[in-house]
Parts: sequence; C-alpha cells; structure tokens
Amino acid sequence: MTSTQPREVDVTGMPVGDFPASSSPVITTSRRRLPAGAAVGTIGKYASLIVACLFALIPIGTIFMLAFKTSEEYRGTGPLVPPSDWLNFDNFVIAFTQGDMIIGFVNTGIILVISITGTVLIGTMAAYAIDRFRFRGRSLVSGLFLLATLVPSVTTQVATFQVINALDLFNTRWSAILLFTGTDIVAIYIFLQFMQSIPISLDEAAMLDGANRFTVYWRIILPLLKPAVATVVIIKGIAVYNEFYIPFLYMPSQDLGVISTSLFRFMGPFGAQWEVIAAGTILVIVPTLIAFLFLQRFIYNGLTSGATK
Amino acid sequence: MAITDAPPLEVGASKPIRPGRKQRLTGRRIMPWLFLAVPLAFLFVLTYIPVANMFWYSVTDWDGLDPEKTLVGLDNYIEIFTRPEIFRVFFVSLFYLAGAIAQLGLALFFAALLSFQTRFRNFFKGVIFFPYLINGVAIGLMFLYFFRPDGTLDAVLGAFGVQETPQWLGDPSVVNVSLAATSVWRYMGLNFVLFLGAIQSVPAEQYEAADLDGASSWHKFRYIIVPSIRRILGLSFILAIAGALSAFEMPYIMTGGANGSETFVIQTVDTAFRYSKVGLASAMAVVLLAIVLIITAVQRRVFPDEKADQE
Repeated sequence: MTSTQPREVDVTGMPVGDFPASSSPVITTSRRRLPAGAAVGTIGKYASLIVACLFALIPIGTIFMLAFKTSEEYRGTGPLVPPSDWLNFDNFVIAFTQGDMIIGFVNTGIILVISITGTVLIGTMAAYAIDRFRFRGRSLVSGLFLLATLVPSVTTQVATFQVINALDLFNTRWSAILLFTGTDIVAIYIFLQFMQSIPISLDEAAMLDGANRFTVYWRIILPLLKPAVATVVIIKGIAVYNEFYIPFLYMPSQDLGVISTSLFRFMGPFGAQWEVIAAGTILVIVPTLIAFLFLQRFIYNGLTSGATK
Repeated sequence: MAITDAPPLEVGASKPIRPGRKQRLTGRRIMPWLFLAVPLAFLFVLTYIPVANMFWYSVTDWDGLDPEKTLVGLDNYIEIFTRPEIFRVFFVSLFYLAGAIAQLGLALFFAALLSFQTRFRNFFKGVIFFPYLINGVAIGLMFLYFFRPDGTLDAVLGAFGVQETPQWLGDPSVVNVSLAATSVWRYMGLNFVLFLGAIQSVPAEQYEAADLDGASSWHKFRYIIVPSIRRILGLSFILAIAGALSAFEMPYIMTGGANGSETFVIQTVDTAFRYSKVGLASAMAVVLLAIVLIITAVQRRVFPDEKADQE
C-alpha cells in the first residue's frame, strides 16, 4: 500500500532484487566448522524439506490417482493404491461432457480476457493521470484509491449486490467482469510504482514533437509499461481463474458457470462418484500447473509486488 | 526525435505560441479528469456507493426487496453484540488465527532453510509454493476427499498403525482444526515466497562478512535473516489476523458452515442472501470493516512505511 515504495529497476524493467534467479545470493555454509554437526543439520534439513513436499503433494497425488480409477476400484481400493489402468480417461470424459466443464472453461475464458484488458486500461489510465499531472484534487484522488484497498470485498457484497441488481446485471457475465475490472486497486499501485521509473523527459520530448496527452499515453507510456502489464496480467489472471464467490453469488444460472462454480456443482449430482469429482478437480488444476511451469519467475515476481502493495 | 538541442519545455513552448498557451492550460486542467473519469466512476459505483449504502442499510430492517426501508436505529448493532449465537462465531476465528501463526512459522522456517545452499532448490520452492495457486474449489474438493472417513488422511494414519480417527469434518470439536489446517496448506506458500524474497534481497557481502567472522547458521538467521524480513513479517502477521477474522472460502466450500464451522463472514452472507436480512447483515459487515480498519491502523502505528525503517 505504499505508493512510493522504492524499487530498483534494471534495464529490462523488471524489478530486481526480489528474486534474482540464478545469481541469487545463496548463503554458503562455512564448511570448516563442525563437520559432524553439519552432517546432522544437513540430514535434518533435507528430511524436513521432503516431509513438506509430501504434505504438499499427497492430497494432490491421491486425487490424481483417483481420477483414473473405475467406480468399482474406487469402492474397492484405498486412497493410497494406484489405479490399475493409468490410461482410463472415462472420468475425464464424464466430467467434461456431463459436468458442464466446457461451459465453465468458456465462461472463465471470456471473463478473463475482458476483465484483464479492462483492468490494464483502467489501471494505466488512473496511474498516468495521478503520476503525470499536477492538478487540484490529485492527492484526494490518490487517497480515495488508497482507502479503498482497506475495504474487505467479501463483506461489502451485501451492498454491492444491490448495485449490480440496480444496474440490471445480475445473472450476466457482465456482473463478474465489472466487479473484477472495477475493484482492482492493487493494479493501479503496481502501475503507479512502475511509472515513476519512466523518465518524464520522454513525455516532454514527445509533446514538443506535437504529441497530445492521449498519444503520449498510448504510444509511449503504455508500451514502456509492458513489464508491469505482464505482472498485472499474471496476478489478475490467477485471481480471476480462482475466484469463487463472485460468480457463485452473481451468476447462479447453470449455463453461466465458470470453472469454480461448475466444479462446485459437481458435489450435487456426482456426490457419490468421487472418481468423477477427482477428474474434474484435476482438469481445473492442470492449466494452473502448466502456467506455473512456464511462468514461474514472473509469478514469483508478480506476487511480491502485488502482495506487499 | 531531434530533441538534443531543444530548450527546456517551458521556454520553448511559451515564447512563440502565446495565444495557444491559455487554451493549453485549460486543457491541462481537464485532461487528467478525462483519464480519471472511468476509473473514478468504477471506484465510486463499486466501492464507495456500496460502503455508504451498507452503513445506511445497517440502521434499517430492510429485507433486500421491500421498497420501503424502516429505520430501526442501532437495533441491528445491539442484536449483534447481545445475541450470543452471532458473536460466538468470532471464537471460530481463533482456530484460523492459530493456524495463521503456525503458517507464518512454517513459512519462515522453510524460507530460512532454502536461503542456504540447497540441492533441488527450485524444485522444493516450487512444490511448497504451488498449492497457493490452485483454485479454491479444487482445494476444497481435494480436502473433502482427504478428510472423509476412510479417505487419504485415515489411510495414511492407518499405515502408521493409527486406527481410531475422529470424523475430521463431522465432529464439531475437530472440524475447525481440519479447516484451519486446509487454509494453512493453501496459503503457506505465499508467505514462504515473500519471506524468501525478502531474505534474498540481503546483499551477499553481509553473509560473506559473517562467514569471515565465523558466524554459525543460527547467528546468520538471528542477526541477518530476521532483521531483513522484519517488515514483511509484521505485514504478514497483520494480514493473518485480518484473514483469520474474515475466513470464508475454505469453510464455505467444504462444509457450508455446518457442524459448528460457521465463520463470521459465512454468517454475514447467509444472513443477507439466505435469510434476507440485509439490514442485520449490513450491520455485521460494518462491524467487520471497523475491526479490519482498527487492525490496519495499529499496523500503521507499529510498522510505519518502510521508508522510515530503511537504514
């Protein structure tokens, strides 16, 4: 929440110092001291890391194995027993076709694209106005944005619901899009922080060449903000993909299910078919896993700049 | 752009085009508001109007539909603080608070471990962090299976010879422990990554100097690592308290608040959307908002902005 958070920025523009990948200052243990104690320490260290990994992986692993079991196998074997046929994709087919997962992915995709675009445009516009103009009411405006970060969004839904209702958006995708787009103040702060590192002389030079403010925003600021845009796209993407309560509350209709609500509805019709629920769960996790494997560094970076605001 | 010989903006722009200058000043006055119009409209419609309405509803007995709202003064607030079944749910928060403290401890422990040279470091980091990215409903279903009778947990415990296990989600005396543990599983990775990032932003020379002085790992932890993450630790602690008070998603998805696992936020949204008592629910939301604001104010007092404590 500190808009003035100083952050070193290197040439490519990514904040440095948070997670330098390979050149990170790894602490070297001094090897000349206490060899016996060091050995015990090393064993303890790896043992606790392995235990942590088991804790993290066992809940995922058992549901993964379950997704490949037949219903007889599910009833007959324990959770720790692997499936007899690792290529049994029946449960995935059922989850996809009968469980409305396709609708869920389509709706999530639509909402994701529109609200991320909206968030980026709104966030950059607000940040541009606040950072590049000196006008009466400027500190009031930035104060209003700052204050809004303190309001926990789950509780205000009680009253937000009436606003969405009055706008006649209840049970449409626009309700979720509007809420995701319009309430992301953290994004504004990420853009603000980053914009402070773009030299103002660039704006001035362009304006001397006859560019107006919109051209400066669109042609100079927005392209230079690319790394910050990437950060916002990633944290926003994760948040929208995982959001449960807003679609649950505002889009109860069956064919407006997003992946969270489609999966949530599995509990009714498939209540006894845990192997199908497991397949649905895995279907939801796989895109996240792929995104994580490819974007690891950006995700780590994005979360640090987002979470500490 | 041939700007190398261009004079500073003010001089160059003002001299030759005097008449245009006035127009430009007016333009300058309106311009920022053109950029701010949409963001501010969203801010007001989706944050400030709801918050203002929430205060207004909280002193009425509105049911969410009736065109007439009857003023009832502070009755809703009195009800919250006098009806034990409403206020009691705050005790459930204590489980989440305990969980959050355990979560911070574990995150700190693993962040400190991985800040030392480690094989497969990125693998361990990724595995410990990944749960944080998973969809909440997927986590909920995964742990419903994990905790169900003869589910994963019972099977693992059975492998260690433990046969007598409670109903993890059915027994009111255990359910909140199970749910808080699920929250720890879900959110620990974020704290861990934040702590690790803070530790690694310490210049390597400090550790080298410590090595020269023959410092042990413990000393490095105590005198280099802990001070470097003091601020993020403080921030995380405050966020953990606020998070414990507003715990919602995991219990709502997994038990819907059954078996004594109802939290304050579940109760608030149920009061509003299931029992149609928007007035009372708004008052509950106002109480939670007030608590969160107080906690934030305390945080600001105890941990002022980082600028102040940077050496």
